[in-house]
Amino acid sequence: MQLIFEKSKKGRKAYSLPECDVPDVSLDVIDKKYLRAEAPELPEVSELDAVRHFTQISQRNHGVDSGFYPLGSCTMKYNPKVNELAARFDGFTKIHPYQQEKTVQGALKLMYDLGRMLSEITAMEEFTLQPAAGAHGELTGLMIMKAYHHNRNNEKRTKIIVPDSAHGTNPASAAVAGFDVVEIKSNDKGLVDLEELKAAVGEDTAGFMLTNPNTLGLFDENILEISKIVHDAGGLMYYDGANANAILGISRPGDMGFDVVHLNLHKTFSTPHGGGGPGSGPVGVKKHLAEFLPVPVISKKEEEYYMDYERPNSIGKVKSFYGNFGVLVRAYAYILSMGPDGLKEVAENAVLNANYIANKLKDKYFLPIDTECMHECVFSADWQKEKNGVSALDIAKRLLDFGFHPPTIYFPLIVHEALMVEPTETESKETLDEFISVMRQIAEEAENTPEMVKTAPHTTLISRLDEATAARKPILRYTKLT
Amino acid sequence: MTRYIGNTTDDRQQMLNEIGYKDIDSLFRAVPDSVRLKEKLKIPEALSEMELIKKIKSLSDKNFNSDEYVCFMGAGAYDHYIPSAIDQLIMRQEFYTAYTPYQPEISQGTLQAIFEYQTMISELTGLPVANASMYDGATALAEASAMSCEATRRKEVLVASSVHPESRRTLNTYAKFRNITVKEISYENGQISLEELNTKINDNTAAVIIQNPNFFGIIEDVEKIAEITHKNKSLLVLSADPISLSILKSPGEMGADIAVGEGQPLGNSLNFGGPYLGFMAVTEKLMRKMPGRIVGQTTDKEGRRGFVLTLQTREQHIRREKATSNICSNQALNALQATMYLTFMGKEGLKKVAKLCLNKSHYAYSELIKTNKFKPLFTAPFFKEFAVISDKPVSDLNEKLLKSNIIGGYNIEIDYPELKNAYLLAVTEKRTKEEIDALVRKAGE
Repeated sequence: MQLIFEKSKKGRKAYSLPECDVPDVSLDVIDKKYLRAEAPELPEVSELDAVRHFTQISQRNHGVDSGFYPLGSCTMKYNPKVNELAARFDGFTKIHPYQQEKTVQGALKLMYDLGRMLSEITAMEEFTLQPAAGAHGELTGLMIMKAYHHNRNNEKRTKIIVPDSAHGTNPASAAVAGFDVVEIKSNDKGLVDLEELKAAVGEDTAGFMLTNPNTLGLFDENILEISKIVHDAGGLMYYDGANANAILGISRPGDMGFDVVHLNLHKTFSTPHGGGGPGSGPVGVKKHLAEFLPVPVISKKEEEYYMDYERPNSIGKVKSFYGNFGVLVRAYAYILSMGPDGLKEVAENAVLNANYIANKLKDKYFLPIDTECMHECVFSADWQKEKNGVSALDIAKRLLDFGFHPPTIYFPLIVHEALMVEPTETESKETLDEFISVMRQIAEEAENTPEMVKTAPHTTLISRLDEATAARKPILRYTKLT
Repeated sequence: MTRYIGNTTDDRQQMLNEIGYKDIDSLFRAVPDSVRLKEKLKIPEALSEMELIKKIKSLSDKNFNSDEYVCFMGAGAYDHYIPSAIDQLIMRQEFYTAYTPYQPEISQGTLQAIFEYQTMISELTGLPVANASMYDGATALAEASAMSCEATRRKEVLVASSVHPESRRTLNTYAKFRNITVKEISYENGQISLEELNTKINDNTAAVIIQNPNFFGIIEDVEKIAEITHKNKSLLVLSADPISLSILKSPGEMGADIAVGEGQPLGNSLNFGGPYLGFMAVTEKLMRKMPGRIVGQTTDKEGRRGFVLTLQTREQHIRREKATSNICSNQALNALQATMYLTFMGKEGLKKVAKLCLNKSHYAYSELIKTNKFKPLFTAPFFKEFAVISDKPVSDLNEKLLKSNIIGGYNIEIDYPELKNAYLLAVTEKRTKEEIDALVRKAGE
């Protein structure tokens, strides 16, 4: 497959621009020393060349619409088409962030209502929609926690506790927010070890970050006790909403004792992942933290919506303007399409589908924690690895031959050779059965013809890539051969 | 079941039977009763697709959009033309319903597009290494300052007050929590005060952060700033307008170590402020300190060219709390849109866009001055955006323009109280002479 630069030919063009209808001031108005001698080497192709190029490279991708995508922790559910339509209305795409408030009342109302609905879904007081992604939400939430402690002259609260099952972004975000990170071991059931937690909390504890259900797909049944331990020590409870799909309409972080929540609209609320973004990571807080939310907060006075910047204790801004608005429109459309009963069905079916897969495969793949899971189940390829040298990576690659996107592998870190499967509620029994049958076949192959698995994939456009060389001798851009 | 659920009610029962559970509720055994939601969520009941479209359309219709109102507002988000093919291509599900390309064998589309994007950003900025994108221009700038502190082992940055206020506010938030000190350098005739820069720069200065063209639309003397910065062994962070880079000297050529910027002008809609994308490019030396995803070229077992995520040891999923940043998702689809835009415009088209902006903004500027209702705020050269002083408060002026279906410019006084009645107008290639004349007529009344 050629790069667009390799298709370039001087004199071809894909642009269409009007003639200049005002006097030509030429570049003379700018001092020559500021001007560039050589234009950047952008491709020169015809419109058809460009359209065909992007169409052809797109065909080298697997998306949710292409087939099953059980990538654990990422909630690759179906992205409804009507949401794309809604997000493309002119009144949303063609409005400037600095227009007068009275000219964007529809947009402000949408944001306000979305914030209210997210508050109800999570039992929080107030939301900011500003963070652009989950990790950005974490950072924002942690900044709010720090601001809270500082505001109470508790500057010694410098430590954030995370379990060893946490997403990598948790400790990374805590570090970026200027905290020290304390990691505690999970117990043999994969849950928070209460004794470890008790030993870890103290006067220096700023808070505890927890994903519930956690990255093993397990709901922590001791959640109220955990919250109590942290709160009694003066810390705050942070809810990583990456796995919120499992609890919609079933249980709410605010009722579990969490003080801060971030949601991933691109996971739980069906907005497209876009090949790695844009996401959206709104942050909700309980009342005692509301004064620290980033500005502006979308507020309402009588029937007028406005942006409230008058929040002296706000942490400030975490990005330009007000958030990934286009993503917010999609999430809003999704919630309205589902309603309260629909959202509960989401959680129920997500959890049923994961348990179905867990039960149907656990005789072939080691299931380290064999109990009811929530929205995802985590297998280990240990049996295959020990007996036949077939790794989680090999199994993932073999799945590609059958048109499935593989599960998340090697995460969570506390499971050897992890295969983390999140089917989501949008998949049908038929799809799950097909996946189960393929996984069983791969287990057979690992036993009888392990080379078949170890050398996979066999049917993709390219085979396994040399990642080591890519990192050792990085080629990070195209350079024209002369 | 709603239409977005795969199983039928019968499927559910059959599945439960097969795995030995009586009902769905028994799967939620681990959720203690004490935290169970006992009633229905208090959100509106589900809407059918028809009802949904009607409801959301009615919200959209309440907003004044830039097709119906002529937009002279810029200040960080610009109403440039977007070729019609882009929205159709971006709707290809293979792009938008995929996630981060963890499995390169079935993600070459996204990976190749990012590689092409990195190449284009590298060409525009004149710096060799670009990442796969950041959340937006402001966060890219904040990350650049953190990276500079890391690279120089210094804890202070100097930022020109002519840098976009949103970027400075974001920088201040990030810096406060990372214990980075931010000091501002004021402006002189709209450009950074070199005298003040010379006084304030010292051994603690990790980076000097500027924007070009700056918030006032003015072109900075970057080479002089680079000289002062490098003499002090600090890094120069430059936030650039990507459209301007087709005619202005590249950040790399002028000595910037890190180039960042708001990528929205490259084929992304105004979208009420997002999603946009931040771009970032750095020198070879800073490559392994850069945050965000990076795609590299390699080969498969048969020797065919392919692309992978690379240099991942910088990232959070490997390094956890020791990562260069916590960034995970970026703005991949927006970066793809930028890649498409730069492809459709191409080498000549982008230059043409820049020249149209230059001509039209200068025409608007001189016509406004001719009315005698506006005075120049500064005299330094500008590109597509300029600042003038109005004879009346900007809010009154904009109110009046709105009545003539014009979205006027930005009220500079909000962020720079010392600049009374200062008015910032952006004139892109989309604005016709007729529209500019209408603005001048109304504003000059």
